[in-house]
Amino acid sequence: MVHDLYQEIILDHSKRPRNCHTMADATGQADGYNPLCGDKLKLFIRIEGDIVKDVSFVGSGCAISTASASLMTESLKGKTREEALKMLEKFHDLLTTDTAVSQDLGKLVVFCGVRDYPARVKCATLAWHTLKSALTNNTEEPVSTE
Amino acid sequence: MSTLSSVVAPIFDVEKIREDFPVLKQKVHGQPLVYLDSAATAQKPFAVIDAIRRFHEVDCANIHRGVHELSQRSTAAYEETRAKAKRFLNSRSKDELIFVRGTTEAINLVTSSWGRKNVKEGDEIIISAMEHHSNIVPWQLLCLETGAKLRVIPMNERGELIMEEYEKLLNPRTKMVAVVHVSNALGTINPVHEIVRMAHNVGALTLIDGAQAAPHIAVDVQDLDADFYTFSGHKVVGPTGIGILYGKTKLLNAMPPYQGGGDMIKVVTFEKSTYADIPYKFEAGTPNIAGGIGLGAALDYITALGIEKIAAYEHRLLEYGTEALSQVPGLKLIGTAKEKASVLSFVIEGIHPHDIGTVLDKQGIAVRTGHHCAQPVMDFFNVPATTRASLAFYNTFGEIDALVGGIKKVKEIFS
Repeated sequence: MVHDLYQEIILDHSKRPRNCHTMADATGQADGYNPLCGDKLKLFIRIEGDIVKDVSFVGSGCAISTASASLMTESLKGKTREEALKMLEKFHDLLTTDTAVSQDLGKLVVFCGVRDYPARVKCATLAWHTLKSALTNNTEEPVSTE
Repeated sequence: MSTLSSVVAPIFDVEKIREDFPVLKQKVHGQPLVYLDSAATAQKPFAVIDAIRRFHEVDCANIHRGVHELSQRSTAAYEETRAKAKRFLNSRSKDELIFVRGTTEAINLVTSSWGRKNVKEGDEIIISAMEHHSNIVPWQLLCLETGAKLRVIPMNERGELIMEEYEKLLNPRTKMVAVVHVSNALGTINPVHEIVRMAHNVGALTLIDGAQAAPHIAVDVQDLDADFYTFSGHKVVGPTGIGILYGKTKLLNAMPPYQGGGDMIKVVTFEKSTYADIPYKFEAGTPNIAGGIGLGAALDYITALGIEKIAAYEHRLLEYGTEALSQVPGLKLIGTAKEKASVLSFVIEGIHPHDIGTVLDKQGIAVRTGHHCAQPVMDFFNVPATTRASLAFYNTFGEIDALVGGIKKVKEIFS
């Protein structure tokens, strides 16, 4: 049923997204855009040394993309750049392959229901694509899911 | 709410009509399919499915120039569709009707062939604020190539074109006015007669995009006097990959070919080729024969039902749907023109259209969510996307009730 997709934690984060604000002292930022649904997201990141100290976002999107951005920001704090990129890979696998759910993803496993909704995978990965862009400093063009 | 449906006299027997559409009989996610996405593509009746099947099973051959029996049969069936399209659009001659892949190709044919020959730097092309991308981008490409200027008729908050502003845009530099007949994102029926008349007054030509009009309202190109008119087969219960471009004989004769190849020539030598007469000049290569034959069956089907009856029935459905959706708290209809057809586009406060679409889908209700290939329309209404329920003559009042019930469920989940 539809609750496999819209689990309580996803609904919670979509209605009350965490870290949803701009960041004055960001060391990096990137724009993400999903032309299919018009979702827009701006991601801010502050890295000290190699550690992600803070992440935030602003934007408008569906419940899945908003909750995904919100939960992503929570999961990233304290991670190294490399760990963050590894997480992105694991998250992507969670949504697109039938492999076993990785325990390292913590709360993010709630998005495994998206697997059954191929049309919605891009909603869940928008924030993560934008993160990659922010981490690799390729920020001249907004990253697009298309 | 279903009481409303019982007080209106039936225009035709919808349940009987639904029997003609095999797709509609299925369940989706355990619920009866409620198909409200006909503006994207209409479902196909057995008549169309059978015609395509019969072609492949019995008459399959390439058309034109074949002297054998099968080729003559397939040529006759394919060309018969042109005659049916002539009656459907009331054109003067069937030679004014060119087979294309769909409305998008039709517009690209006009911008490529007519546009490159006739549009020069400093000329102006007028489109409207509610165009589908297919009636924006080809003109933009032409303007980039020629240095012509693209001008846009604005619309008001109801989604109606502001005719006073249109009048101001018209001038002797205006070469073409290309406007949608019925908006796919809003459902607005534009005053195309007036638009055409005003364009002709300054010597401009007109192209009317009839993709969303042909399935829902009667079209008479002679009465309308448009220079070009186009529609897609798959939106009039025909197959995908086939459509019609109507153009006035004089214009088509003066236009260079669109694509070169077989079937569009008279004589080919390495020095020079001469081109076939219209419409074949614009039809290079083996066409979508099965699609053309399927379109013929589709036009027969629509004609037999009667486009006037279809329009009348759908108008009742639309009124019923408008009333029902208006009563949903937090729901706002996007596109509330006085003259409307078949489209209920809406947003719900705090709930993204994609979430609405997914939850409705789980209840077997197929709607479209997104920008509907009309991003400027979304920008105008300051929404990233809408949810669009679009109606056809095979939809029922009960299905509107199902939609309203489905939306209630959406609100329960996301409130």
